Amino acid sequence: MTDTNTTTEPQKPPTRRQRQAADIAEAASGRIGWMLLKILLLAVVDAVALYAAFVLFTHQEWLVLALVVVVAVLVNYIYFSRRRVAAKYLTPGIIFLILFQVFTLLYTGYIGFTNYGTGHNGSKDQAVAALMASAQERVEDSPTYPVTVVEQFGTLGLLVTDPEDGDVSVGTNEQPLQEVDGATMEGDRAVAADGWESLTFAQVLARSSEVEQLSVDFSDDPNDGAIRTPDGQSGFLYVSSLEYDEAAGTMTDVRSGTVYDDNGTGAFTADDGEQLLPGWQITVGFDNFVRAVTDASIRGPLISVTIWTFAFALISVATTFFLGLLLAIVFNNTRMRFRNGYRILLILPYAFPAFLSALVWAGMMNESFGFLNQVVFGGASIPWLTDPVLAKVSVLIVNLWLGFPYMFLVCMGALQGIPEDVNEAAVMDGANPWQVFRRIKLPLLLVTTTPLLISSFAFNFNNFNLIYMLTKGGPRFEDVSIPVGHTDILISMVYKVAFTGQTRDYGLASAFTILIFIVVAAISIISFRKTKALEELN
Amino acid sequence: MKVNMRGIAAFGAIAVVSTLTLAGCATGATDDSADAEGDAGSLVVWVDAERVDALKGAADAYQDKTGVEVEVVAKDVDTIKDDFIQQVPTGKGPDITMGAHDWLGELSTNGVVAPLELGDSAEDYLPVALQAATYDGTVYMLPYAVENIAVLRNADLVPDAPTGFDDMIAKGKAAGLAQPFVVEQGVEGNPYHLYPFQTAFGAPVFGTDDSGSYDATDLQLGSEGGAAFSTWLGAQGAAGTLNTDVDGEIAKQQFIDGQAAFWLTGPWNVGAAVDAGVNVAIDPIPSPTGEAASPFAGVKGFFVSSESENKVAANDFLVNYLGTEEVQLALFESGNILPALTAAADTAASDPIIAGFKTVGADAVPMPAIPAMGSVWEFWGVAEAAVINGADPAATWQKLVEDVTAAIK
Repeated sequence: MTDTNTTTEPQKPPTRRQRQAADIAEAASGRIGWMLLKILLLAVVDAVALYAAFVLFTHQEWLVLALVVVVAVLVNYIYFSRRRVAAKYLTPGIIFLILFQVFTLLYTGYIGFTNYGTGHNGSKDQAVAALMASAQERVEDSPTYPVTVVEQFGTLGLLVTDPEDGDVSVGTNEQPLQEVDGATMEGDRAVAADGWESLTFAQVLARSSEVEQLSVDFSDDPNDGAIRTPDGQSGFLYVSSLEYDEAAGTMTDVRSGTVYDDNGTGAFTADDGEQLLPGWQITVGFDNFVRAVTDASIRGPLISVTIWTFAFALISVATTFFLGLLLAIVFNNTRMRFRNGYRILLILPYAFPAFLSALVWAGMMNESFGFLNQVVFGGASIPWLTDPVLAKVSVLIVNLWLGFPYMFLVCMGALQGIPEDVNEAAVMDGANPWQVFRRIKLPLLLVTTTPLLISSFAFNFNNFNLIYMLTKGGPRFEDVSIPVGHTDILISMVYKVAFTGQTRDYGLASAFTILIFIVVAAISIISFRKTKALEELN
Repeated sequence: MKVNMRGIAAFGAIAVVSTLTLAGCATGATDDSADAEGDAGSLVVWVDAERVDALKGAADAYQDKTGVEVEVVAKDVDTIKDDFIQQVPTGKGPDITMGAHDWLGELSTNGVVAPLELGDSAEDYLPVALQAATYDGTVYMLPYAVENIAVLRNADLVPDAPTGFDDMIAKGKAAGLAQPFVVEQGVEGNPYHLYPFQTAFGAPVFGTDDSGSYDATDLQLGSEGGAAFSTWLGAQGAAGTLNTDVDGEIAKQQFIDGQAAFWLTGPWNVGAAVDAGVNVAIDPIPSPTGEAASPFAGVKGFFVSSESENKVAANDFLVNYLGTEEVQLALFESGNILPALTAAADTAASDPIIAGFKTVGADAVPMPAIPAMGSVWEFWGVAEAAVINGADPAATWQKLVEDVTAAIK
């Protein structure tokens, strides 16, 4: 606004029309245009938030609804306020961070304190329901009873026809079967009885959960079993092998008389420690963390796996960095022809998905059929992936192949950022090329690349894909009783321990993840401290 | 100001994406939780992508007759089991899922499956299918297909079926082949494919109790036959008949190229061999001992969720609609695996290849679904691979039995 005023004022005073025109021009080009865009974008955000709030309201998801409303209000406040300039820059990033990083991290932490896993993945009510459902055993050689679901004063009952003698009887959850006379028959099936209203199939489906709970005692003696109907048309005679005492919170095995008690371990447990599964999810405090470091089966290979993990991560970073750096220096030489062509070729390994490359390498390293042994080594049988030492070397070679292009790119960029006059000055002072590199270029390079080296270390520390695709951790250790091998790193060992066979122990896996997170975070923090010292070189 | 605006634009994008995701989750939930509200309700069925069309007909027929809306959802076959286990307790899982019988131990331990009453129709299924659908004395699965391995023979190279394992190798060598027999192995072995030979030595993994269910406390792996089998493995490894460097792809290539005349594999590989122009015949698995060589049978079927709001309809749909010959044959068309319903299996067996697998399947035993089996898989293959590669058969087998026994406890 000031702009236009100052430029027009020195000339003759503007006419009314000129002023109007200037205002319109300014409005079209300046702040109002941006203002409109801002309002438009916020309107889109609000519209989506409103829609989400509506959907969440109909589903009674109160917590998420409250979050959406709070965030929407906050965003509107921040972007309409004239003062919150810093927040305007930071809000989108922070929301992303909370949604995709902080939440995941906290949730993993929470799981680490629960017994979530196979046999403990629902609520106690669900576990009781599942146990009772699977405890129903059909009485041997009992016939199929044609049934009709009937209703009296809102109570559901079953109209049961005995297929052997044609007797018709009716009963409810409370009342055992009693014979009825004068039922309406349709073939072999009684379809209606006086005083009871028969349900159509659609009505049966609508009251599905009630019908499912319907269990009519066959006689006054509960040991005779009860009739239930899984599909609303045919009934079967079942006896239950478990009895649930809701008041005492115990399960009783009807046959053996064993009492299973809820003793706080997340499952009904007998005195001798036998558990009825499914159990349910509970919080277990630091149990998972204690198990992670004291479990006998884990402790054995833990030391050698940890050493190899550090060795793998460090050597991987070192080899990829120095090969990348060497190539970057070579290809930084402007006298070389087809420089760009070579550079593109070198970046190719980086362009392939690592999954694919690891699998292809695993095929090439096959002992009797692989390309390496058959073609390169002329039919030798070198156990690339099956010998403990060679397998480690192979893993490092493949990781070098996968990782050097990244370092090559990084170093190339960093080298071009080092001014040429530093080089010239050194040459003038009589430094030889090695001295120039060692004393000047490398320290300058390290200032920019060290943070990347640290992140590369953290990445390789958890490089699960490569290990799993190439060797699956093999060859196995021969002297331990968990399926862990010589090339397993911590994260792949965790995977094997927590997800062995059919058991999924999410609690233990989360606890391990947090321990690994602490290790990597500590190393990163220490390294960053050291980097500050390097920066002072500048 | 300009940068600010970019910030707003970025935020707008984030907000739109994340709210849509949230709303998307919420809408997903509508479909499932609508069951309780609707009149006749609806059923959500998870199947693998290949079988969606085969189920559409049955789903439509059921909807026409009962008014229950059946929504068939295509799922990725690799994640379907874990998704089911994780989503059922939240109440947002499907009513019915497709799966394999060896998931049963895991599903039942997690309390996510409901028992299924087949009623009198139980007798209409192949015995092995019914046995596999039963866990701990209770039926949980409606079976629709039975899968087992058999020997594919290149009938142009070897015209007659062999009478035993040694005869097979002899016949192949007579046809001028260096390695006449291939079977999928790998660095960590592949006990599934070697199991027929193991049973021929009288060493099943687990014994069975009175009701025919596998008994985790009765580990038969370490019986006398186990050691004999291990010795045999070592001998075959030394002779080069079995080789852990042969993985699935290499085995396929050898057979298709005519370098191997016999390939021990499953129906899933027949298509590749026939397409490559090999004259394929299906043989029973040649036994190294003269006793029957029984492969594992894998039975595929449908499970009802324990948290389904509509179990009555789910049971009715499975037993009375998917248990019909017509639907079982439609499922057969889409997967070329032997149907589990006896009548449908007989119809499908008009194809000589299916008939071949059916004959071998008569000897098959269901793969154990008990959780203890998971521990067996962890050690079994590696031990076999070690024996094939020259480790001491008796000691390695003994170590295997000890490791498995320790892991089961």
